[in-house]
Amino acid sequence: MGFFNKIKNIFTKDKKEDESAKLYDTGLAKTRNEFVSKLSFLGVKYTKIDEEYYEALEEILINADIGVNTVTKFMDSLRKRVKEENISNTKELNEIIVDELFIIYVNNESLSDKINIKENGKTVILFVGVNGVGKTTSIAKIAYKYINMGKKVMMIAGDTFRAGAYEQLKEWSQKTGSYFYGKENSDPASVIYDGLEAALNNDSDIILIDTAGRLQNKDNLMQELSKMNKVIEKVIPDCNKETLLVIDATTGQNGILQAKAFKEITDVTGIVLTKLDGTAKGGIVLAIKEEVNIPVKFIGLGEKMTDLEPFDIENYIYGLFKDMM
Amino acid sequence: MFEYMGDRLSNAIKNIRGMGRITEDNINDALREIRLALLEADVNYQVVKEFINTVKEKALGLEVEKNVKPDELFIKLCKDELVTLLGGDYVPLNTNGNPAILMLVGLQGSGKTTTCGKLANMLRKKHAKKPLLVACDIYRPAAIDQLKEIGRNLNIEVFTEGKENPVKIVTDALSFAKENKHDYVIIDTAGRLHIDETLMQELVDIESTAKPQEILLVIDAMMGQDAINVIEGFNSKLKLTGAILTKMDGDTKGGVALSIRHLTNVPIKFVGNSEKMDGLTEFYPERIASRILDMGDILAIAEKVEGIVSEDEAKDQMKKMRKGEYNLEDFLTNMKQIKKMGPISNILKMLPQARQMGLNNVDIDPKDMAHIEAIVLSMTPYERRHPEVIKASRKQRIAKGSARSVEEVNRLLKQFEEMKKMMKLMANGNMKLPF
Ligand SMILES: Nc1nc2c(ncn2[C@@H]2O[C@H](COP(=O)(O)OP(=O)(O)OP(=O)(O)O)[C@@H](O)[C@H]2O)c(=O)[nH]1
Ligand SMILES: [Mg+2]
Repeated sequence: MGFFNKIKNIFTKDKKEDESAKLYDTGLAKTRNEFVSKLSFLGVKYTKIDEEYYEALEEILINADIGVNTVTKFMDSLRKRVKEENISNTKELNEIIVDELFIIYVNNESLSDKINIKENGKTVILFVGVNGVGKTTSIAKIAYKYINMGKKVMMIAGDTFRAGAYEQLKEWSQKTGSYFYGKENSDPASVIYDGLEAALNNDSDIILIDTAGRLQNKDNLMQELSKMNKVIEKVIPDCNKETLLVIDATTGQNGILQAKAFKEITDVTGIVLTKLDGTAKGGIVLAIKEEVNIPVKFIGLGEKMTDLEPFDIENYIYGLFKDMM
Repeated sequence: MFEYMGDRLSNAIKNIRGMGRITEDNINDALREIRLALLEADVNYQVVKEFINTVKEKALGLEVEKNVKPDELFIKLCKDELVTLLGGDYVPLNTNGNPAILMLVGLQGSGKTTTCGKLANMLRKKHAKKPLLVACDIYRPAAIDQLKEIGRNLNIEVFTEGKENPVKIVTDALSFAKENKHDYVIIDTAGRLHIDETLMQELVDIESTAKPQEILLVIDAMMGQDAINVIEGFNSKLKLTGAILTKMDGDTKGGVALSIRHLTNVPIKFVGNSEKMDGLTEFYPERIASRILDMGDILAIAEKVEGIVSEDEAKDQMKKMRKGEYNLEDFLTNMKQIKKMGPISNILKMLPQARQMGLNNVDIDPKDMAHIEAIVLSMTPYERRHPEVIKASRKQRIAKGSARSVEEVNRLLKQFEEMKKMMKLMANGNMKLPF
């Protein structure tokens, strides 16, 4: 029966002591508290499923930034199910809500939510996104993760634009124990070129490339990204390449435009959703998954290099709805 | 007026057109579209609800007079309501204090450090002041370096004192400012979450030490519904005096502006609209209202263009356009101007009407400029003024002369036609640009 029960089973039995579930628990605590308490409150306050109930539910979903289109579609299919399955109890509906959200995200396909690391070869990960979302910090977190797994990591300072960007990444390379390549005041593509050559020489396994924050409507800056891609293909043609789009959990509807524009130009393979330690719900990733079909691979839960978790939709939804179960 | 609006909304508004009266029936569609437009602009859910109710009530009470189209009346009402919500008059910076102290606060990544530089630059330029920047972000790696670099580029002094104690840094910076006759002190603080008790307390401590005239909340225009929690969080702990909306050069609608105004009494003072140090402008409610209703950011383009085209040049062109005399020489001039403004596709994106006309495919790569110039210059003056005579054999000659292909010549002529179409529209006043 539905995903809801599946999740419920997973968490009430097997995953109780699971470390990552716990981390989600603390990181998403604020998110969950607000979102879920509102939902369960809804079940208490409204016993009848009427217009008033639907409106309150819609407000909760919109407030989570799930995306106006997605919410509208979601509400439509919910109304349909309520009618068809003759549901009158709001408690029962809570389960269906979780189900439907899950379905939006999973959308009948197996998701590759892992980073595709090349064994006995190089993996190059390009980090892209608008200004200030947490690209550089996410690089530090991912470097830390792979270094702990015994990989050699190299960071390349492809942000040659923003003041202090070079120093920021360099400092993180020292803290994490990564190799570093950067050259101030030069063209990002040429820095990346030289950095990749250096990575070939020092035999790094994983190469993380920082890029300057860019708003997706700046065509010339977006073109710069495709140039970087060409450089990667040229210098290490047989590498596994990933492009991670970093999205700030506080982002509203613009997140969809970001995902569309970056995907068009760089073949984004995944999202890093940052700043989930705040009160933002990051629901926009559900809309992005639905409309642009990019999965979330990691989430950021703080400013330290240890504050990174792989994304797990079951954990995510569980985190949002735990109190209801 | 509604010509400028997004397709969906203008379709919904059509129902009202031609009606003698505004009734609940004929505005329902329009209200639904406006509601969606607002939600898609990230305006807070509660604010949207209240707004729709107010507009509905007022619209139903409207008397439709002769000569006034009810749809125009309705849209005007919506826009006026939005502008009212966004706050009336412009509130200048409070500069009473010697030195006057400004403190910038906000979430991580909202743009505080860059905005500090822009503010200092603006104060020096516009008011001939001597600002001092103070680096208090002791947490983020290289945040101090970032501010130092900004100061170095602007040639504005930056006070730094390591990564120990922000309150002490501020205290020392203030005596330094007095000694060195700085009349403005701008404090850059570390980004923090509004729920981080320790770091919020740090801001309170800085506030009570510095007693700033202005505490400005720097907030990302792309922010979603969480904005209300953030604004409330900062506003409940600090005496905010204003807000600065950053990254408005993106394609976000910036509905967060409404949340700020709705939740606090705090005026939005500035808008950040580029990564460069001159990218800070005063806040105009009109503009965001138009942007949210998808009416195109005509004014923003107007301002952009102003600095680039001289008034005489503009009037001259206007006259030519009206007479339908726009030719390839003017085209070349315009292309050069547009090159200075950035990619033409961006400019057209700001004009919903251009979108409707299918003009959004016009694009000119800056690199192509040299080619365009070469092609136009390979034409005879007569050809430039009468492009319609350019047929196959002439095209071949021009291509050869400019060392470009015939296809490129064709493409240019097509772009010219598109441009002419647009110019004609503007000249007829359907699409206003201050050329
Ligand atoms: N609370 C919180 N803060 C974060 C997280 N990730 C990054 N940050 C903070 O967000 C701010 C901006 O992060 P950066 O990594 O510099 O962002 P960026 O995308 O590289 O920024 P630009 O290079 O300026 O475009 C920093 O203060 C980080 O400490 C997170 O998961 N949670
Ligand atoms: Mg960065």
